[in-house]
Amino acid sequence: MSRYFKNISNSVLSILEGMTVTLSWMFRRPYTVQWPDKIEKSIEDTLPERYRGLLEVETSLCIGCMACMKECPIECIAVSIERDAVTKERRITQFDIDASKCMVCGLCVEACPTGGLRHTTQFAAADGDIRNLVLRYIEKGSPVAPHAPKGPAPVVRPRGSIVAAKIKNGFSARSAGQAAEKP
Amino acid sequence: MWPLAKYVLENYLPRASSATGQVVVYLIFALAGAGILLGFASAFAGVSSFVERRVAARMMSRVGPNRVGPQGLLQFMADGLKLVLKEDLIPVGANRLLFRIAPYFVFAGMFGTFVALPFSARLVAANLDVGILYILSITALVVVGIILGGWSSNSKWSLFGGLRSAAQIISYEIPAGLAVLVVVLHAGGLSTQRIIEAQGGMPWNWFIFYSPFSLIAFPVYFTAALAEGNRTPFDLPEAESELVAGYSTEYSGFRFVVFFFAEWANLWIMSAIAVLCFFGGWRIPFVSVAATYSTWYLILLGLAIFCFKTLTLVLVVIQLRWTLPRLRVDQMMSMCWKYLIPIAFVCILGTMTWIVFVGQDTMPGTAARFVLFAAGAAIAVRQIVRTWFNYRADRATYTKLTGQPLWYPPYRLP
Repeated sequence: MSRYFKNISNSVLSILEGMTVTLSWMFRRPYTVQWPDKIEKSIEDTLPERYRGLLEVETSLCIGCMACMKECPIECIAVSIERDAVTKERRITQFDIDASKCMVCGLCVEACPTGGLRHTTQFAAADGDIRNLVLRYIEKGSPVAPHAPKGPAPVVRPRGSIVAAKIKNGFSARSAGQAAEKP
Repeated sequence: MWPLAKYVLENYLPRASSATGQVVVYLIFALAGAGILLGFASAFAGVSSFVERRVAARMMSRVGPNRVGPQGLLQFMADGLKLVLKEDLIPVGANRLLFRIAPYFVFAGMFGTFVALPFSARLVAANLDVGILYILSITALVVVGIILGGWSSNSKWSLFGGLRSAAQIISYEIPAGLAVLVVVLHAGGLSTQRIIEAQGGMPWNWFIFYSPFSLIAFPVYFTAALAEGNRTPFDLPEAESELVAGYSTEYSGFRFVVFFFAEWANLWIMSAIAVLCFFGGWRIPFVSVAATYSTWYLILLGLAIFCFKTLTLVLVVIQLRWTLPRLRVDQMMSMCWKYLIPIAFVCILGTMTWIVFVGQDTMPGTAARFVLFAAGAAIAVRQIVRTWFNYRADRATYTKLTGQPLWYPPYRLP
């Protein structure tokens, strides 16, 4: 019988006490800060150096070895190479990374011998059409000569700037108009 | 509504006093009343869903909905629109007719209570002689809808949810009814307006402080009402960790909205019943019942008082939901049958004894009211002090870690 009344008083007291705890949280500053427009500094700038975000290719460093394409376990990288009919030189004509498929495992980055393929701190890739999420690092019709290790040092753009420009100008602009073709 | 219709008939439409004309006028007034109440219920259900999400967010140190409209106030419209645009799916093997009409049973059971719920003096759709009894009985219609929805969905989750809900609602109607009976004994009448008129404007004249037994009857009623409304900690019929969404698992689109509309409208109903039974309803301090009935601005003041009390209780219900963990089925049943029902019976017998031996308006009865009011006020003060204590306990650490003051008013967005 004393246990019966003990149960009642315990439950009443614990409910009252619990309500004071939750009520006190109504007056506290929330820890959550809303992304993207309520934070002071862009989160891409505060992420650590080795963060595995969207992949980007510095085409001036790419030698067209296709190691990344072979390494990729889900085949989200497509590289094609052709020989110029006149000069007989190799040209990289396509370097597509399907950001919607990519699982950011980082195997391709480890396979890349020159460091042309790298992870960035960019992560906010969203689009109304999934086909627009294919990142094309070499435009159609303008093939790029592969990097020659013995030649002059190429211009290397800062990490993240290439894919950031693609996200900013590419995704929303393209999704508004025509749908992109399949890779 | 009926006296108003009669008044209009006699003074403004003397030519419409034939039998058919009267029926038409009464019908128009009934439809208008139903429309007003439906509008109120929908607006309340929407806004309370928004408030609940914001309160929940703050209690979890989050922000909550804030994008749609000012402060995110129109979030419920966006949600409702989205749900209405969804396809209305009926599962294979479901009983199509029952599946379709089940939400309307739930809706009718919830909305029917608004007929006898007063908002202020004169502001009641129909002042029934057996108002509180009618409210308690029409909410039983909700069980029919829930069982129909659970059974006709042809899904084990729905069936389990429906049966759990039925067992829960039917069990908890007993302590709710018994606790309300305590109030009825004090008021000497079943009409909702009669119950409010029997109370006073000042807190110590509320029924909750009339005797120690009615002070106990209030938590009993409140717990039972929570369980009847499927609110946490009694939301086992919708326990998402075990039953997906209980009886509403297979519903989509507009029928799902109807279920949730009924659930949030029930928030107002249970709080309003608690206010009218235990917290003095629309009674204004130092103003007599007759004066309230005859002056229009006092009626509006009573409306404001009633709404203020009810919304405070609604906030308590919302806060309880984010404070307490969900009960197990056996715990819920043992709580009802082993604790609430015996306590409710003790309350009824105790109230009878109290009325006979102590009396309501005698000297010891009045003294007891003041003592009980002091006890209630002490509990409220203790809550505030403990809240302040809990807040203060983390203040220094927070400021040290983040360099920001911890204080943040509940209405402001980060």
